[in-house]
Amino acid sequence: MKFTEEHEWLRAEDDVIVVGITEHATTQLGDIVFVELPEVGTTVVKDEEIVVIESVKAASDIMAPIDGEIVAVNTALTDNPGLANEDAIGDGWFFKIKPSDPSQMDGLMDEAAYNKLIS
Amino acid sequence: MSELLHTPLHDLNVELGAKMVPFAGYAMPVQYPMGVMQEHIHTREKAGLFDVSHMGQVIITGDDYASAALSLETLIPVDILDLQQDRQRYGFFTNDAGGIMDDLMIANRGDHIFVVVNAACKAADIAHMKAKLNGVRVREITDRALLALQGPAAEAVLATLNPKAADMRFMDVATLMLGDAECWVSRSGYTGEDGFEISVPASHAADLARQLLSHGDVAAIGLGARDSLRLEAGLCLYGHDIDTDTTPAQAALNWAIQKVRRAGGARAGGFPGADVVLAEFSAGSDTKRVGLMPEGRAPMREGVVLYASAEDETPIGAITSGGFGPTIGGPMAMGYVPNAQTVEGTVVYGQLRGKRLPLTVTKLPFTPANFKR
Repeated sequence: MKFTEEHEWLRAEDDVIVVGITEHATTQLGDIVFVELPEVGTTVVKDEEIVVIESVKAASDIMAPIDGEIVAVNTALTDNPGLANEDAIGDGWFFKIKPSDPSQMDGLMDEAAYNKLIS
Repeated sequence: MSELLHTPLHDLNVELGAKMVPFAGYAMPVQYPMGVMQEHIHTREKAGLFDVSHMGQVIITGDDYASAALSLETLIPVDILDLQQDRQRYGFFTNDAGGIMDDLMIANRGDHIFVVVNAACKAADIAHMKAKLNGVRVREITDRALLALQGPAAEAVLATLNPKAADMRFMDVATLMLGDAECWVSRSGYTGEDGFEISVPASHAADLARQLLSHGDVAAIGLGARDSLRLEAGLCLYGHDIDTDTTPAQAALNWAIQKVRRAGGARAGGFPGADVVLAEFSAGSDTKRVGLMPEGRAPMREGVVLYASAEDETPIGAITSGGFGPTIGGPMAMGYVPNAQTVEGTVVYGQLRGKRLPLTVTKLPFTPANFKR
């Protein structure tokens, strides 16, 4: 699993990357009450704001961690945004992206580096 | 955080794992480990204990209650004189333009008036009263904490410390011994639930809070849930839903002005901005505060600009409070719209992230009040 400084996690699953936000992020955000996901088929560019999440406290944006095409989104999360709090790195995933440049994954943090960032 | 003031419950709040944030010059608990959503639900289902010691507690004394009441009525457009002993009511200070300077609770405690004002306004309120009131003494109480115990279990819990708590009705006030502490208790709150606000000597505050928290039904609740609870209850937050730019009529608070202070009443007017405030009883105001229910799940928060249609380019108003209501299970908001748009069921549009999303004008409160009348 890889991580961004924006507290996203990325997990390779065949030729696509599953993306969500870390438990550290969901703890900081508090109870998540609304998630707006991108449309499947959208081509996105790294650092583009593609997801809106709202917690009981405030709205935040989630940026595309890499370039690519959105190939799936977690509609269960739209109906039950609390999934992101309950199972951040499992059922609370946000979207799947097909990378246009898989080498961008190499620039991301591993778990040890991320744990150091949030410690 | 070192420059922030601490309430008498600060150490207890920290010990309970509260996330402390700056609020009106104080370090205040915004949430405890339970989290805002669960804290909100716990308060509606059982009982929540809130540290609201940052609020201003002020005693106003004159030669007798009546003289103090008549003096305070020169700043506040509500009937204070006829308020019965051991009763409390809601009111507000107005300015010369009829705008609201602060809202407050006013209690008749026999030989004096006890008021509770907002933390952010308390210095200004006290200076205002000291400058404008003649023949009375205005004294800020700084050696007491203020706790709120709110929720359907509040009565049973407080009655374990003093059975007389159960005899109080909504808006009653009483001096009750709670353990060793002489407390000034009112049956009121800011959640839409039954409950009590308890002024307790600072020296006894943490002990009292621990006693209340030792009851299985009571959990510590932070300012985050306090905000969602009061918004579901349709209650105004000063500085957001009401301020010096809003009049009582605009704020839909004319109900708080009793007939005796209105045009034709025995003590009509005689407060700052009375010409504006009283004229709006008959003429109405140009805009009015309403409840707004966003369609869909996206919360629309304070500052979201409102339009009459999905295409209009001229704004008609704005949201002044908005968020997610855990009890109603969806987004909710309050805001100001022109009179033409105040009818229940009217659809207006909020501009959110570049899109126009519909909201329906909705009767307040969003959740039914559960007071013990």
